[in-house]
Amino acid sequence: MSTLELLQLDFVRDALIAGGVLALLAGLLGPLIVGRGMAFAVHGTSELSFAGGAGALLLFGAGAVGWGALVGAVLVALVFGALGLAAHERDSVIGVLLSFGLGLGVLFQSLYTGRSANKFGLLVGQIVGIDTGDLISLAVTGLVVVGVLALTYRPLLFASLDPTMAAARGVPVRALSIAFAVLLGATTALGVQIVGALLVLSLLITPAAAAARVTASPLLATVLAILFAEVAVLGGIVLSLAPGLPISPFVAGIAFLLYLICRVAGSVRTRRRASRTVVPSGPDATSTSSQSALANQSPRPRS
Amino acid sequence: MEPAVELSGAELRRGPRTLWSGQDLQVRPGEFVAVLGPNGSGKTTLLQVLLGLLDLSAGSVAIHGSPPRRGNPTVGYIPQQRSLDPLTPLRGRDLVGLGLDGHRWGPGFGGRTRRRERVQEALAQVDALEYSDAPVGSLSGGEQQRLRVAQALVGDPSLLLADEPLLSLDLARQRMVVDLVDRRRREHDTAVVFVTHELNPVLPVVDRILYLVEGKFRIGTPDEVMTSENLSELYRTEVEVVRVRGRIVVVGAEESPLHCEEPVEVGAR
Repeated sequence: MSTLELLQLDFVRDALIAGGVLALLAGLLGPLIVGRGMAFAVHGTSELSFAGGAGALLLFGAGAVGWGALVGAVLVALVFGALGLAAHERDSVIGVLLSFGLGLGVLFQSLYTGRSANKFGLLVGQIVGIDTGDLISLAVTGLVVVGVLALTYRPLLFASLDPTMAAARGVPVRALSIAFAVLLGATTALGVQIVGALLVLSLLITPAAAAARVTASPLLATVLAILFAEVAVLGGIVLSLAPGLPISPFVAGIAFLLYLICRVAGSVRTRRRASRTVVPSGPDATSTSSQSALANQSPRPRS
Repeated sequence: MEPAVELSGAELRRGPRTLWSGQDLQVRPGEFVAVLGPNGSGKTTLLQVLLGLLDLSAGSVAIHGSPPRRGNPTVGYIPQQRSLDPLTPLRGRDLVGLGLDGHRWGPGFGGRTRRRERVQEALAQVDALEYSDAPVGSLSGGEQQRLRVAQALVGDPSLLLADEPLLSLDLARQRMVVDLVDRRRREHDTAVVFVTHELNPVLPVVDRILYLVEGKFRIGTPDEVMTSENLSELYRTEVEVVRVRGRIVVVGAEESPLHCEEPVEVGAR
């Protein structure tokens, strides 16, 4: 069948709807994830989500995979959220949990004797498996994530990008870190079922990282991240139809291409700005270079 | 007139240690009070009490007659200068805007025009309009600290708290920050509590000094507080205060003239 004929099929339409919702959530969360320096935490969350999904598949069958993935992701995201923004300790804990989760997942998959497509799908993504029940749970998750974001967005952005000031202004930085982790866990669990655990990052990180290269406006960065994520997911699904390959390599490929384009565009923009500010324009500009040299020397926590 | 800050019999303990006690302090609107003292003397914790992040162990504290509370819009806060990550996805005006409503819940769709105006006004007050659309991470330390001042002023505060805002800035930029704060309090009668390691950058503008050393303190004008006798008593060792060409030099106190203090985070991580 050609791609056009395949697009008429119900399961393909369901997959496109599911992908669209997932990309929306990924685009909304992405800039915050990048701002908080949580890319590795997302990867860890997706592996634990994979373990949860694989465990549910083994114990309760294919119908329980979504719930298992959700439980695994949210549990581990809570641990990462509680660790806060102390990047140093966080990275090693994530590494420890990630490898443990992956090991568990592999064990569950080896013990499972059912359809092999079910188990392969959790790692590299599947669109055949999405049914109407999945779409409803996807829509509910989507609404909850968007609703919570709408209510908490400003304090969340403040706490993510400027934590010291946010704390001084009375923003509950720690509680927000945990709330954000739950949103992240729920979204990751959806991502694991659609694009697979291995390449969730291509949706949650790459579009936002690309957007961050071309704009510093939080609003524009979010709009671009949603746009890039939609292009990657919907494009990835359509391209994967005719060759009958998993969708994740296409999603990851498109997202990577967009990232490369943004990086080039961003470096051109930075160079233009640099050449503009070479001429001292006031008392503040004269010692700008010595100032930044000083700033570079002082050790500062990177989060 | 109601004082901007009123502490009476205030005491703060951290575990078994008493940082300070019996503290009575009134800061009038428009007054500039510098808080000095060695590391660990409780300067930053004093600000945390005024911000409503810490409770006193004893005594009372009031900001414009009411107890301190988190996110009080009439209290502005300037942190230490610490460079923002080069890839921080914020422009200058976004950073200032967060100072206005970053602590507010809800989608915040209403009042966008008014918000933009207020951010614009705050940027103009510190002459930062020129680079307000540039990514904050691409700006110099001095430019970032100007934005920090705007971020503190955008809520139109009647009390301004500053926690070592001069640290790691060179002399010209130290003067710039002090001038901005001084201009604000003269034009808007904003009270200022300014925690600093170094007295000299603020000496020309300061009204009174609160000098804290290991639970003891002195309050008064620079001439009243900065005497060899006073500081020797506070530090319990021979300390000499010398005046050289309008500057005050403290010799013998275990105060490091270099900025080697570890940055103190406001609020536990």
